Order: sequence, then C-alpha cells, then structure tokens
Amino acid sequence: MSGQEVGLAVSVFLACAVEAVEALTIVLAVGVTRSWRSALTGVGAATLVLAVIVAALGPALTALPIDVLRVVVGGLLLVFGLQWLRKAILRYAGLKALHDEDKEFASETDAARAAGKAGAGFDGYSFTIAFKGVLLEGLEVAFIVLTFGASQHNVGLAAVAAAVAIAVVVLAGVLVRAPLARVPENTMKFCVGVMLTSFGIFWGAEGAGASWPGGDAALLVIIPGVALASIGMVRWIRRAPAARRVVGEPA
Amino acid sequence: MSSIVRAARAVWEFVVGDDPWTALGVVVALGATAIIAGAGAPAWWVMPLAVPVLLGLSLRRAAR
Repeated sequence: MSGQEVGLAVSVFLACAVEAVEALTIVLAVGVTRSWRSALTGVGAATLVLAVIVAALGPALTALPIDVLRVVVGGLLLVFGLQWLRKAILRYAGLKALHDEDKEFASETDAARAAGKAGAGFDGYSFTIAFKGVLLEGLEVAFIVLTFGASQHNVGLAAVAAAVAIAVVVLAGVLVRAPLARVPENTMKFCVGVMLTSFGIFWGAEGAGASWPGGDAALLVIIPGVALASIGMVRWIRRAPAARRVVGEPA
Repeated sequence: MSSIVRAARAVWEFVVGDDPWTALGVVVALGATAIIAGAGAPAWWVMPLAVPVLLGLSLRRAAR
C-alpha cells in the first residue's frame, strides 16, 4: 500500500468513525425509546442511498482527466478540510461547544418520547429520524470517500475504510449499549481536517500545474507542517484577547 | 423557492459552509498557482503559503 493510499484509508476511517458515532447516538435514542426494527430499517435505507450516491458518482468522477480531477478535488478537499480544521481549532480553544454525545442522546430520547407512544407495527418516527440522521451524517463521509477515492482511482479502498469504521463503531455501540461519549471526537475531527487540508494542498497544486519537490514524498512534509501550523493556531487563538470563550466550556 | 434553488443552497452550505471568504481564497490561490506554473516558474510554494494565511484569517473572523 502506497503512502497516499495509507493517507486515504486513515482519513476516510477517522472521518467515517466520527460521523458514525454521531449517527449511532441518534439511532440508539430512537431504538431504545421507540422501535428498534423501524430504526434499523431507517439505517438500512439511508445506507443504501449513500451506497447508490458513491456507486453512481464514483465512476463518473474517475472518468475525468487526472489534472482536472485533482485541481477540482484538491480545491474541494481544501475548502471542506479547512471547515473541519477551523471548527476543531475553535473547539480546542473553547470558542465553540464540544459535541456532547450524552447530551445529544438525552435530547433525542426526550424528543422521541414527546412524539407519542410507538404502535405495535412499523414506527414512522423511528424510521424517519434514523434515516435522516444516518443520511446527513453519512453525506460528509460519502463526499470524502468520493473525492479521496476518485483522486487515487481507488474508490473501493475508500469504501472499505468507511465500512470498517462503521463496523468498529457499531460493534463498540453494541458492547457498550450506550452513546460513545468517550470517543475523542474533536481530536479525530482535527486529524481529519489536517489530512483533508494536506491532500487538498498537494493535489490542488499538482492539478494546477505545479511540481512538488520530491514528488509524493512532499506529503511527508506537508502533513506534519499543516498539523504543526494548526496546533500553533490553537495556542494563538487561546491567547487572543478578543477571543470569546464558550461559558463552562473546557478549553 | 424552486427546488433547484433549494438544492443549490444546500450544496453551497454543505461544501462552503459559513465562511465563503476561505473558499474564495482557495480558488484565488489555485488560480495563482496555475498562472505561475503556466509561466514556467516553480509554483509549489503558493498553496503551503496561502492555506495557513487563509485559516488564520478565518479563525480571526470567528474569534471576533
């Protein structure tokens, strides 16, 4: 496996694991409170829609000329990666609330109870909430699978990494039988942001016609460089006098 | 609102998010890379220079 393929697999695995943790919380809430069968049907339907999106757009993207593909995908990865990185840095700095799975679970179960008692048959509420939760959380992963996979003509590897991440999270959820509140979500989001941004820099510049000194080995400098710059920005933004901290938020 | 406009807005929100200036900066930086590379000069340095600047400016806007 090449260095780029390892980067692809790690990035997709982490991104997918983070989104799967969030989706698991929603599915657990409606499953425990109302109907497991309907919630799991919603999960299956959403997974199918995501698989169709990847299967339909994957071959279309890989058919594009490689330079066009890399400048477009590099640009998209950069815009997307900088969003993840920005939010993760703001959370580390205490300027944005951390995602709290226990709080999210409590909020979802309250809403599920308020929606009335589930009938004996198919429960539309559980289906819809599970479907929407998995679809919305999964779209970002589908985007990353498609862009990373298409750039390396290896959508299959990206899809496998995503599937392994989902399996790991679901297994952990079954074992713990509770929301996975201890998963270091922000650290994982920070790592995904660093990877997306680094590959975005590399492919974007290459697609625009630049040649990297050292070829693919340049990634070994770009990835740590982006990570160090981002860590530096966490420290800088924490010290910034204008920074407005979220009340009660761990910095 | 037509469904096309709604879909376009959803895609915009999804890809660009709440900071369009960063997205614009990425496009400008990629354009500069293409122009410099097209002129035959080394252009690899543009993106590693532009991206931390864009991220820093975005964080500064968010922290205000």
